[in-house]
Amino acid sequence: MELLLASGIGLLAAAGTWLVLRARTFDVVLGMTLLSYAVNLFVFAMGRLRVDAVPLLRDPALTPSLANHADPVPQALVLTAIVISFGMTAVLLALAVRSHLEHDDDHVDGSPR
Amino acid sequence: MNLLLAVALPFLGSLALFALPNHARDAVAGIAGALALAVLSLLGLSVPAVFGGEVVAIGWPWLPFEGADFGFRADGLALVFALLVAAIGVLVILYARYYLSDDEPSARFHAFFMLFMGAMLGVVLAGNLLLLVVFWELTSLASFLLIGYWQHRDDARQGARMALTVTGAGGLCLLGGALLLGRMAGSFDLDVVLASGEAIRAHPGYLPMLALVLLGAFAKSAQFPLHFWLPQAMAAPTPVSAYLHSATMVKAGVFLLARLHPAIAGTEAWFLVVTLVGLATLVVGAWTAVYQHDLKGLLAYSTISHLGLITMLLGLDTRLASVAAVFHILNHATFKASLFMAAGIIDHECGTRDMRRINGLWKYMPVTAVLAIVASAAMAGVPLLNGFLSKEMFFAETLQIESHAVLRVVVPALATLAAALSVAYSTRFIHDVFWNGEPRGLPKSPHEPPFWMMVPAAVLALLCLLVGVLPAATIGGVLEVAAAPVVGGALPEYSLAIWHGLSLPLAMSALALAAGAAFYFSLQRIYRLHDHVHLPRGGKEMFDALLGAALAGARALSQAVAPTRLQRHLGLAAAAFALALAAPLLLRGLPLPWIGAVADAAGTGTTGFVPPPLAVLVWLLGTLGALGTVAWHRRRFTAMVFVGLTGLVVSLVFALLSAPDVALTQILVEVASVVLAMLALFFLPRASRPEAGRLRGWRDALLAGTIGLGVGALSLAVMLRRPGESIAPWFLANAIPGAAGENAVNVIIVDFRGLDTLGEIAVLGVAALVVSMLLTGLGRVRTSRTPAAGVRPVLLETVGPVLLPLATVVAAWFFVRGHNEPGGGFIGGLTLALGLLVPYLGRGLDWVETHARIDALRWTGGGLAIATLAGLGSFVAGHPFLTSHYFVGELPLLGKASLASAVFFDFGVFAAVAGATLLALTALGRLEAR
Repeated sequence: MELLLASGIGLLAAAGTWLVLRARTFDVVLGMTLLSYAVNLFVFAMGRLRVDAVPLLRDPALTPSLANHADPVPQALVLTAIVISFGMTAVLLALAVRSHLEHDDDHVDGSPR
Repeated sequence: MNLLLAVALPFLGSLALFALPNHARDAVAGIAGALALAVLSLLGLSVPAVFGGEVVAIGWPWLPFEGADFGFRADGLALVFALLVAAIGVLVILYARYYLSDDEPSARFHAFFMLFMGAMLGVVLAGNLLLLVVFWELTSLASFLLIGYWQHRDDARQGARMALTVTGAGGLCLLGGALLLGRMAGSFDLDVVLASGEAIRAHPGYLPMLALVLLGAFAKSAQFPLHFWLPQAMAAPTPVSAYLHSATMVKAGVFLLARLHPAIAGTEAWFLVVTLVGLATLVVGAWTAVYQHDLKGLLAYSTISHLGLITMLLGLDTRLASVAAVFHILNHATFKASLFMAAGIIDHECGTRDMRRINGLWKYMPVTAVLAIVASAAMAGVPLLNGFLSKEMFFAETLQIESHAVLRVVVPALATLAAALSVAYSTRFIHDVFWNGEPRGLPKSPHEPPFWMMVPAAVLALLCLLVGVLPAATIGGVLEVAAAPVVGGALPEYSLAIWHGLSLPLAMSALALAAGAAFYFSLQRIYRLHDHVHLPRGGKEMFDALLGAALAGARALSQAVAPTRLQRHLGLAAAAFALALAAPLLLRGLPLPWIGAVADAAGTGTTGFVPPPLAVLVWLLGTLGALGTVAWHRRRFTAMVFVGLTGLVVSLVFALLSAPDVALTQILVEVASVVLAMLALFFLPRASRPEAGRLRGWRDALLAGTIGLGVGALSLAVMLRRPGESIAPWFLANAIPGAAGENAVNVIIVDFRGLDTLGEIAVLGVAALVVSMLLTGLGRVRTSRTPAAGVRPVLLETVGPVLLPLATVVAAWFFVRGHNEPGGGFIGGLTLALGLLVPYLGRGLDWVETHARIDALRWTGGGLAIATLAGLGSFVAGHPFLTSHYFVGELPLLGKASLASAVFFDFGVFAAVAGATLLALTALGRLEAR
């Protein structure tokens, strides 16, 4: 499982990086989206992988501890990070639209030089 | 306490003076003078104790972890210096009152002046090395303001800038030196530093420390070859020159050398560097001074020369030489301040300072002439004046060098030469200005200045005479007290008398006087001094060249590391990242054992060596999504499908790995992002044009591949490592007892780390505002496709209105249960926004606006306000920001619910997230609606 996730993160990072380096604004947005997936998964993985761990402190018989429950800290971090990356995507898209409407070109520098 | 007040008073006064109108020059000068007098008397309170041999000190902890106290300390040297600063300050303020004309902003002048005086007193009285450096920098800043006082003048601005650059750079060196020095002494406390001379000199870091401290001191004291800024600073008003460039600011450098003398002097390096730099400055300054036609230029170079003399005395490193240095500091301050004042009077009354034009003034201003003659005679070292005494001590000390055969001959010879030159320029100052023919084409007809303008110069000239005639009675005690801390022990035997019998120093003095006078008159008669213009070259040109090179270098560097072209910029960042990831591999070689360990650990990971088929399927789908995005990135709608697929896979990963809240958030955000991107594509080209240059694609692929491999390896390395100590157990253990929440993730977000969340929703709100602002004010938008006017999807059109109330209920449900089950403000807010989005896509913006009446902007701002208020609410109960309270109970239908005060905060999050998401989404919709 670890190997799968690690290779997945690596693949997303590579694909994201390559797209971010393109010359068209929309490609950069795509790249940033993939990169933020990679980063969010990476941060999430810092809590180690747990399949079928109990996320809620529902059962009073279970002592609230890391042995019995999923690690909430990376989850909370990633949850807010996802929302923030949505904000970032929105800003990038708006910039892309604005830049294209002003320059009649969607090159990342406004117009290619 | 009086020390603190003495330093603080000028600063406070400076602030007060800024508030006064500029034209009230009597009031302004009166206040400044009164403040300076008050400082003088405050310092006077410490005189009995310090002259009795005590060290007065006061201090408070300032940066305790760095061992820096905010404290002041007065021993003999510090107090005498402080008194000098304050006393000459009083005289200069009186002088400046008559020097400045009515239309010049005198409040500004005196405010800067007070600022400088406070900084200078701080340097002198600081009880701590770091505090000293702080005040040292303040003197550089204040002198910048004073030199540039006539800000309309080009030379004033340039001179001020150069002085700031040189002394500021020196201050930076001094900071480094002071940090090293404090480390070596084990404390920044001046008492400790002064007492640890042995340890400091034996320390391996002694030489670098010495180099830095000396650079700082030499830059400040205008020592060769850093002396070039001082003549440029003569663009300042003359009272400023009289104060800064004779008595105080440049003296800060030699003060520092004297101050730290017990701690860092006494080595061969000190002796050679300080003596030789001082000697070079002494000779170069004196030689250049003779050829200056500008009255203030002559004084500036003579000041450089005299500072060299003092530096050299401190370098000679005998006990008596240190006494002579302190003595000359005091003497030079008196006669040079007086001379500057005389020069200012002459400039003021003649309208020029050119000595080729102002001649024969004896007839027009005899009183000024007498004052100037007394002061320049002191400068020349004529017997019966104070300059003679310290210069004779100086000659005697140059004869004491024993260690170096060459220096034993060269130093006394050059000292006599410099003294002769000093006689020459002093003679010139007298002869060329007051005799040597008649004035030539002066702008004004010269006459005596107002009485009070002459008083300060007269006081100082009188002092020169008094000390010169009765040294033991007037200055003896003061000198003893001031020199003791420099010598760092018992003072040597010396006698302050005019006549020591026939001796070699006396012969050197006599030779210098005769030769100097002869040299000057032969220059005038034979060389025709007035026909030659000697512009000192080198320093300024070097400075300008260096500055130009530094600017060009900085420009090139910023262009290299932060190019204005995004692709290159991001490429550099990616390359740096790739390099950082590859560094371990490049440095240590291929980690073969590590690969083996991975193979071993893979068998013992979460699910063993063989992952479950579901996981493999998810992995395959994710890979397809990422690769598909890359492969079809030019066909943008297709690419969006692949991105959406990838996002769904990511959310599936979260769900599989026990993170339901994160999975929910991811899926909602995914939908919102895809919709947003689709909307944006209406205003963007549908396809990317192929890029020129095949090479770039491969190069980027190499970069991306390296980063991918590195990031993947890093993730694997972390995941296979045992986790370190975490704060998570605390959160888990306290979620129910502390916040009545069974969903620890939500509890962390809205309660334990509520402040972070407040920041995050603020960022989201700002992002949405930015989107909204970016997409307004664009005028008519040209687009070939209009989503609103086109064909509407039937399904969405029909379902939308039904979905809206349903989505609202679901959103509310997510929100309410969030504290105990997956859900919460973030998820609820996103749900609500998306619920509104469906009818918008189906029926258009107008329909949504008439039916839902949600003002996205208000929701965003209101949400933020509610969250903040919820946090502030805990203040009412006397608890810190965002402390939460709760009770647990049963609610009808919804089941067990706990009402924590955090729910109000979470509601703020809910509203802000819903508002911001909608704001961003509808901004694009509004664009097409017009």
